[in-house]
Amino acid sequence: MRRRLAAVTGIGVVAPGGVGTKDFWELITSGRTATRGITHFDASGFRSRIAAEADFVPEDVGLGPYERTRLDRAAQFALACAREALDDAGLAPGQLPPERMTVSVGTAVGATCTLEEQYVRVSSRGERWAVDPARAVSFLYDALVPGSFAAEVARYAGAEGPAAVISTGCTSGLDAVAHAAALIEDGTADAAVTGATEAPISPITVACFDAIRATSAGNDSPATASRPFDRERDGFVLGEGAAFFVLEELAHARARGVVPYCVIAGRAGRANAFHMTGLRPDGEEMAEAIRVALRQSGLAPEAVDYVNAHGSGTRQNDRHETAAFKKSLGEHAYRVPVSSIKSMIGHSLGAIGAIEIAACALTITHDLVPPTANLRTPDPECDLDYVPLTARRRRVDTALCVGSGFGGFQSAMVLATPEALAA
Amino acid sequence: MSTSTVDTTDDAPVFTGIGVVAPNGTGTEEYWRATLEGRSGLGPLTGFDTDGYDLHVAGHVTGFDATPHLPARVLAETDRWTRMGLVAAGWALADAHAGAAGWDPYEVCVMTASSSGGNELGQREIQKLWHQGPGQVSVYQSIGWFYAATTGQASIRHGFKGSCSVLVAEQAGGLDALAQARRALREGHRAVLTGGTEAPLSPYAVTCQLPTGTLSPARDPARAYLPFDERAAGWVPGEGGAMFVLEHPRAAGERGAPHRYGRLAGHAAGFAPDGAGRRVLDRVVRLALDDAGLPPAHVDAVFADASARPGADADESRVLADVFGPHGVPVTAPKTMTGRLYAGGAALDVAAALLALRDQVLPPTAGVRRPAAHHRLDLVLRTRPARLRNVLVLARGEGGFVSACVLSR
Repeated sequence: MRRRLAAVTGIGVVAPGGVGTKDFWELITSGRTATRGITHFDASGFRSRIAAEADFVPEDVGLGPYERTRLDRAAQFALACAREALDDAGLAPGQLPPERMTVSVGTAVGATCTLEEQYVRVSSRGERWAVDPARAVSFLYDALVPGSFAAEVARYAGAEGPAAVISTGCTSGLDAVAHAAALIEDGTADAAVTGATEAPISPITVACFDAIRATSAGNDSPATASRPFDRERDGFVLGEGAAFFVLEELAHARARGVVPYCVIAGRAGRANAFHMTGLRPDGEEMAEAIRVALRQSGLAPEAVDYVNAHGSGTRQNDRHETAAFKKSLGEHAYRVPVSSIKSMIGHSLGAIGAIEIAACALTITHDLVPPTANLRTPDPECDLDYVPLTARRRRVDTALCVGSGFGGFQSAMVLATPEALAA
Repeated sequence: MSTSTVDTTDDAPVFTGIGVVAPNGTGTEEYWRATLEGRSGLGPLTGFDTDGYDLHVAGHVTGFDATPHLPARVLAETDRWTRMGLVAAGWALADAHAGAAGWDPYEVCVMTASSSGGNELGQREIQKLWHQGPGQVSVYQSIGWFYAATTGQASIRHGFKGSCSVLVAEQAGGLDALAQARRALREGHRAVLTGGTEAPLSPYAVTCQLPTGTLSPARDPARAYLPFDERAAGWVPGEGGAMFVLEHPRAAGERGAPHRYGRLAGHAAGFAPDGAGRRVLDRVVRLALDDAGLPPAHVDAVFADASARPGADADESRVLADVFGPHGVPVTAPKTMTGRLYAGGAALDVAAALLALRDQVLPPTAGVRRPAAHHRLDLVLRTRPARLRNVLVLARGEGGFVSACVLSR
C-alpha cells in the first residue's frame, strides 16, 4: 500500500515587503530587498539598527478589535496567514471534520513584543524586580505561553485534533510543518493548518543578538545588508513574518478535486550536539538530515532541482551549509541552483522555515527560482551556484529546503510534485 | 550513520529511566517516598517581595542546587527551568544505564515539553536592557530564554544527534512530547530522552499568570489546591518536572536495560474550543484507549488532570463516569502535593504513574477531605495498594489543549 503523503493545498504569507502570497512571490523573484532601518522602535542605541519589517495592517486582513487589541503581533500574523491559506485551499473554517484536523505552529521566541511592552509597564521601565501585578493586562498569560498561538489558529480554523507549538529555535518553521505532516502520514489526522510565525523586532531581541554579534551592523546601507554567501557578509538581518499552509492527505485533496502545489516527500531533523550557537564546519549533521529526508522521499540527490538554503549570512553558517550540500548531494551540489531568500526578507527566526517552504512550493508551481540578492563578491569558500541577483527560469519538480538553528537543530524537507515521486 | 537499523514493527515503547525534580522531593525515590506518605511540597510563594500578589501558595523546589551536577559554563548559560531539566535528564540516563548502552549518536533524540521558557533569566536581562541600556544584555540571553534551551543543552551535554524537538501545548505538552517520542522510535530511532520541566515562579512569570483567574487565592497551603473537593477554588503553580528515557522495546531488550517501568501503550490529543471541554476530553480518552487496544474495564486507575476549578472538575468527573461508570475506577491526583507544573506537570504525573505500576500502589490525592458527591468518583484519598496493569494519565492546558496517555506494565 502506498504510504500516506501530506499535500500542500493552501498557502498564506505575511512577509517583509508584501502581505499575502502574491506580493511575497513578486518580491522574492524581483531581487528587490525589504531590509531597512528599524521603524518599530527607536533603535539608535543599538549596534544593529536594521531589520526586515512587514508593513502589516491588521484591519486590512480582516482582524477584528479582539484580535487587534489582545493578540501579539505574531499571533495576528498567524491568523492572517491561516485565513489566506484556507481561502486558497477553497475551504471555509470548520468545513472539514474538526477532529481529523490538526494544528501545528512554529515559533522560536513567542510573544516577545507583548512580553517586553507589558514588562516595561509592570516594572516601571525596569525599576522593580518584584513587578506590579496590579498593572497586568488581562491577556498577559497568552503572551507568556506561545501555546496560545496554536490555540488561536485552532479556534479560527475549527480544528479539534491535536494542537501544538513546535519551538526549536530557527528550525521551528520547518519542524512545525514536518510535525503536521507526520500526523497526517501516520493517520492521526487527514488535514492540517500549519506554519510558523515570528514578530521579534523588539529592543530585547535586537539587544540579545547584538550581544553575540550575530546580526549585521550594515546600518549605512540597509537594503544591501543581508548578503548570504558574499565575501562581505557580516551577519543576518532580523526579520518578521509568517507562512501557513493547509496540508491534506493526498488522496483527500484529490477527492475534493484539488491540485496540490506539492507534497511533503521527506522531512528530517538532526542535532549537531556541538554548541548552542556554533556550527561544526563540516556540516555533517545537516548533511545527515538531508540524506534521511531524501531517503524518505525515495528520490536520488540528482532529482533535486532547487535548494532553498538557510543562507543566513553569518560567516560560519554559509560555509557550514555549503559543506553540508556537498556532503549530501555530492557532485550534484555544484549543478543545482541554491539560493537564500533571507537576502531579501531577512531572517525571521522561527517563522522563516515556513516562509521558505512557501517559497519552495511556489518555485515548483511557477518554475522560477528566486535569487540570492546582494551576492556581488562571492566568498571563495562558498563555491556553489547561488543564483546571484536575478531569478532564473527553470523547471523545478523537486525542491530541498533546509534550516539551521541555535541549540544545534538541523532540519531538511523535500518537497515535490506528486508526479515526480511517482516517476 | 543510518537510523533505520531498528525494526519498527509496532511495539509500545518502554520507559527505562526516570529523573524527577519536584516540590516534594528532588530525585525519583525521594519524590516517590514523599508522595506515598502524602507529604506536600506546597508552601508560601517566596523568592521576591510578594506584596500585592494575589497568589500566596506555590510549589517551590526548595534547596535545588544544580551546582554539583552541571559545569559552570552550563550554569551561566541556563535558566532554572533548563537546569532542572538537565539534572533530571542526567538522573534518568543514569537510571537507564545509558552510559553503557553503546548508542549511535544519531539513534537518540531529545524531545522535551516547554511552556514559558527561561522566565527568571529573561526577566533579569529585560530589566538590564530597560534599566541600564542595550549594552548590558548578557550574551546568554539568546540561548537561555527561548523554549528550545533545554533540548539544545541536553543534546549537547549527552551527544545525542537524532531528531530533536520541543513541544509547547501548555499543560498537556508533557504527554504530547511522549507521543512525539514514540513517533521518533517508530521512524527508526532507538531511544529518546523526553519529558518536561518548568520554572514559572519568578515575579514577572507569576504576574502573567494572575489575570487568568484560575489560581487559588488561598493562604493556607493545606487548602490551596483541592480538586474534586467541595472547597475546590482554583489551583496553585509549581516548578520542576520529570525526564525519562523511552526506548524501542527491542532495543531495550537487546541491551538488557535494567528497568522496565512501563510501556507507553496509547496516546491521543485534541483541541477543545470554548464550551467543548467535556466533549473533546471524552473523545480523547476513548481514542487513547483505542490506541492502546484496551476496553475501559482494563484500566485500573486514572491520574486525573484535576484542575480544581469547579467547571473543569465537573467536565472531567463526568467523562470518567461516562467512560468507566460512576465510581468505576480509582482516580488520583498526587499533584495536590506539588501544584501544577505546566510543561513539567504531565511529565511528573507520568513518573508517578510509572512508579505506581512498579510498586502496585496508588498515591493519594493528598489534602482533599470532602470530595463533592456529584463527581461520582472513587477518589484515592489515602495511599492504596492496588493491582495495576494499565493506568490512564490525563492532562489539560489553558486555552483548550487536551491529552491522554495509557501506560501499561
